[in-house]
Amino acid sequence: MANSIKLRAKASKGVVTVKALINHPMETGLRKDQKTGKLIPAHHIQEVMAKSGDKTVLDAVWGGAISTNPYLSFMYSGAKGDSLTLSWVDNQGNSDSETASVA
Amino acid sequence: MNRRTLLKRTLALSAVSVAASAGLLTPGQVLAAYPKAAFEAKDTAAALTAALGTGGFEHSDGIEIKAPDIAENGSVVPVTVEVSSALSNVESISILAESNGTPLVATFNLSGSEAFISTRIKMGKTGDVVAVVKSGGKLYGNKKEVKVTIGGCGG
Repeated sequence: MANSIKLRAKASKGVVTVKALINHPMETGLRKDQKTGKLIPAHHIQEVMAKSGDKTVLDAVWGGAISTNPYLSFMYSGAKGDSLTLSWVDNQGNSDSETASVA
Repeated sequence: MNRRTLLKRTLALSAVSVAASAGLLTPGQVLAAYPKAAFEAKDTAAALTAALGTGGFEHSDGIEIKAPDIAENGSVVPVTVEVSSALSNVESISILAESNGTPLVATFNLSGSEAFISTRIKMGKTGDVVAVVKSGGKLYGNKKEVKVTIGGCGG
């Protein structure tokens, strides 16, 4: 699951606005495969963590009700040039992370 | 395939599986903290109790929910939650879709970030989007109704 995250972070007046897009199916486990009639097993992101350097700025727990290919935007106080790392872990143990420098 | 290469391959395979199981330990530990019960709860109060400790919340106009009045596609409903400075020390923001079978959508623990979250959620049918904010150990919340023309849960 390499490169599943698109990450942009922009600083303005001491506040960094982060926008992220993650490629992920986000299956709730309630949907049926239309060909076989069987339930598609749940496959969704459970934890999302954002770190600025060593400092955690956001840590989130998600259910299957977040849309497919999730979009997430949040803000924190920081400055231009900081490095920001966003990572996720899903219910099947997959994970990915991406680092961007704040513009 | 002769016996020697077979042995070699078996050894290599077992080494890989040992490494995989060792690698799997880390996500396993992370998952232990995942509030599964909260996401499986069937109503808002139960979900809030499991996720945040208490089921009730105080209404607050300081929490602004930006979501469409009518969502044509329930599988992608943009939701933005912004908390005004009237509520200080916001610890977490939770988003719930009351009409979903399991209402809790997500909880965002804000360790150091501003009280602002924007994401996209799935809604099965028309209902209230509820944002619950934990501030100073108390829960505050606000609601906004979103009409859904095509549901986003189920096929």
